[in-house]
Amino acid sequence: MKKQYPKPKLVPVPSPNMVPERDVDKSPILECRHLGIDFGGLSAVADFDMAIGRTEIAGLIGPNGAGKTTVFNLLTKVYQPTRGTILLDGQDTHSMTTAQVSKAGIARTFQNIRLFSKLSVEDNVKIGLHNQTPYPMWSGILRLPSYWKQEKVAHERAMELLSIFDMQDLADHQAGSLPYGAQRRLEIVRALATGPSLLLLDEPAAGMNPSETAELMDNIVKIRDTFQIAIMLIEHDMNLVMGICEGICVLNFGKIIAKGTPEEIQSNPAVIEAYLGKKKEA
Amino acid sequence: MQRIGSAFRRVKKETKVDYATYLGVIIAFIVMSVLQAQGSLSRSVSGMLVPICCYVCMAVSLNLTVGILGELSLGHAGFMSVGAFSGVITAMSLQASVPNELLRMIIALLVGAFFAAVVGFIVGVPVLRLRGDYLAIVTLAFGEIIKDLINCLLVGWDENGLHIALNIDGTKSIDSLGLSENGIEIVKGAQGIAGNSRIATFTMGFVLVMITLIVVLNLIRSRAGRAIMAIRDNRIAAESVGINITKYKLIAFVTSASLAGAAGALFGLNYSSVSAAQFDFNTSILVLVYVVLGGLGKIWGSIVATVVLYVLPEALRQYADYRMLLYAIILILVMLLTNNPTLRSAISTLKEKIGGGEKSEGGAGK
Amino acid sequence: MEFLSYLITGISLGSIYAIIALGYTMVYGIAKMLNFAHGDVIMVGGYVAFYATSFASSSLLGEDPSTAATVLATIAAVVLAMIVCTVLGVVIEGLAYRPLRQAGSLAVLITAIGVSYFLQNAAQLLFGANPKNFTPVVSGQLTFFDGQLRITNVALLTVVACIIIMVALTAFTSKGKMGKAMRACSEDRGAAQLMGINVNATISLTFAIGSALAAIAGVLMCSYSPVLKPTTGSMPGIKAFTAAVFGGIGSIPGAFLGGILLGIIESLAQAYISTQLSNAILFAVLIIVLLVKPSGLLGKMAPEKV
Repeated sequence: MKKQYPKPKLVPVPSPNMVPERDVDKSPILECRHLGIDFGGLSAVADFDMAIGRTEIAGLIGPNGAGKTTVFNLLTKVYQPTRGTILLDGQDTHSMTTAQVSKAGIARTFQNIRLFSKLSVEDNVKIGLHNQTPYPMWSGILRLPSYWKQEKVAHERAMELLSIFDMQDLADHQAGSLPYGAQRRLEIVRALATGPSLLLLDEPAAGMNPSETAELMDNIVKIRDTFQIAIMLIEHDMNLVMGICEGICVLNFGKIIAKGTPEEIQSNPAVIEAYLGKKKEA
Repeated sequence: MQRIGSAFRRVKKETKVDYATYLGVIIAFIVMSVLQAQGSLSRSVSGMLVPICCYVCMAVSLNLTVGILGELSLGHAGFMSVGAFSGVITAMSLQASVPNELLRMIIALLVGAFFAAVVGFIVGVPVLRLRGDYLAIVTLAFGEIIKDLINCLLVGWDENGLHIALNIDGTKSIDSLGLSENGIEIVKGAQGIAGNSRIATFTMGFVLVMITLIVVLNLIRSRAGRAIMAIRDNRIAAESVGINITKYKLIAFVTSASLAGAAGALFGLNYSSVSAAQFDFNTSILVLVYVVLGGLGKIWGSIVATVVLYVLPEALRQYADYRMLLYAIILILVMLLTNNPTLRSAISTLKEKIGGGEKSEGGAGK
Repeated sequence: MEFLSYLITGISLGSIYAIIALGYTMVYGIAKMLNFAHGDVIMVGGYVAFYATSFASSSLLGEDPSTAATVLATIAAVVLAMIVCTVLGVVIEGLAYRPLRQAGSLAVLITAIGVSYFLQNAAQLLFGANPKNFTPVVSGQLTFFDGQLRITNVALLTVVACIIIMVALTAFTSKGKMGKAMRACSEDRGAAQLMGINVNATISLTFAIGSALAAIAGVLMCSYSPVLKPTTGSMPGIKAFTAAVFGGIGSIPGAFLGGILLGIIESLAQAYISTQLSNAILFAVLIIVLLVKPSGLLGKMAPEKV
């Protein structure tokens, strides 16, 4: 018996940074200037300069160990950058913690899935809605009206967000028991729940089969169009990257070796060399 | 319509266990009260009622730290101690001015909870920066520090108010407080408290258990509780969705401490003498055993385990010398049976054969 | 001079903590568990040595035994204590901890507590609850500066034993096949198994070494403060655990350093601040150290990979 849900409305989570229509504001949502980090004297990322438009889908690619995930960790302040600045909508994130960056509008997924695996799917999304449905702790303990009101909002919004990937029926399942692909999708839903203006996806298609990947591509574009947000993704699947990214940035040994449109990147000799090696060596 | 129906089913599923827990406690209270009124309870059983209520609160509140927040605390008895001493000092000081025993008890419990919460906050701020076994050893250390400090504590009351001194170098005694003639000597260093009027009642114990349950269960089912469980399941992911880790760890820790403080106050008011040695490391461990055997994060489990394990040594009394040895063996065997994969699967097959396919509860443990 | 004698007391007390802490830290490093029963193995070691020496002096040695015979009897008693404790440690590991290898750390912790209760209560049944008066294995003292500074031979022996054990353990774990196997197990048990290392045997060996050390610590401790009760081991056990964490749990030099420092702090705090609060001061120092350096003095913090 399949449960019937009303047609998903997909109302975007209200965000101060939201732009009502595309192409109204061309200013970048994110700007990195000379961003860099050293680990014990070793430079992991250096001179990372990049800007992402408000509703752009950007790709970050590069061979294994190039420092792609480190860039995400810098943007979300899991690591404090050694050098450089990150401007999120013109605001310097230097003094922010990971949690504050999330409130400011950056959401992310993880390469090695990090769900709250003992909690239900719905609770995972509700935790993503943490700062969207605030009420004080004692209101929860005493079950005051604000508790009921916000919990209702949280439930409805969680169901709506889950409907993006047709996951409403899984709401009561334990997150850790979901199949791999569903766990990846749930991570995206959870990230969206925080009401971001920039969504970072770390290898969203890893471990997915071609048909799942094709569906994911559609969904990423759909998410961008519905929520009017910027998306930056790390991915090894070139079909996905070349298919949906408007701008691509190639990283090797912590440095940007190329930037441009998919067409430019595909013909860039430095990129080919980084991926395939020099002709002489081969 | 169908949506409301499904939402209702979902809510029911989520809170069914909670309601059953409340109901179980209420039924147990009624049954024991009736038996007590009929006089069919032996003295030893009657005497166990209030301590059991206190330990149930201890276990449930510790489960909030260990099971829900996921941080091992080995110093929970320290908060009980703070609650017991501050509560009993309050009750003894107010003996003349608040003749109503119930009111005095309620004030004492609130004071106990308050001071334990304050200590919990002081302990929590530095401690929660640490992780895993380091956090465990520091909570243990704090428990021992609290015990040693209370062992040095001298408190008296007279018409000029409270007199408090710390006997640090071992030269002071209760006389150095300079109490007036009609003053009361309350805490006498390592000897602790003596001559406390025993005003704790089983009804109050029941009320305290219910309050503890409401606070803990409602917290878990709310936004703050989900944040706490998110930190337990994946700290980095919790941070990445905007949860303030320190704040929610502190909320869990301080709530847990204050409930333990209230339980300690009630415990103290149940005895005529109280000493700091009663709330040492072994007490912390005892409560931790209740929590782990009852199941991490399972509130009803903590209640059942507390009652069973509190009564078990009494039930083994006929074996006199061997009872603690038996207790130890039972403890080890239960841990082996519930945590060894081979033994556990053997048990669940056995269950299926007997119970006809009853669902086993495996898989939740790590 | 007074200070010096307190310092020496502290160092010798700290050496006992260090020997116990070495056992704790090895077991933690390799089996990744807090063996709360470790302190009670010390107590068992003390009892075995106690009964062995009293048996020797009452039945084997005559009225006025020669020094050589006494020394021999003492050594035999210590060796016997070590053997009993080693066997006990391996049996405990095999029966109680091995079945829980895949279980959560809390389950193992509670089992260890159960084993600790078991040992204490079994000792109470076997040996009685009354404290026994332990005869120190070494008597006498050295006097310096016209009797202003006294160092007991027990203190000397303790410090020497501790240093020898520390050096031997470091050498054992850094060289040789078994030592390498131990370090491999402590890094990654699964990978070690895939490389053909017998993980169960390695963990058993660790328990054997740790328990033998506990026996030595038991004898030394009972010589230091000659009262033996079923609960004798629990407080030194907790303090040694603290010492191991203090120095950085899992690290052998850390356990040594932590133990010595803890002994010194305890002795000085007792002498100059407060006897009653010496434990509180000791734990307060631990907390401060951990807040400044969350992995202990010599411990390494593994960064979490995101």
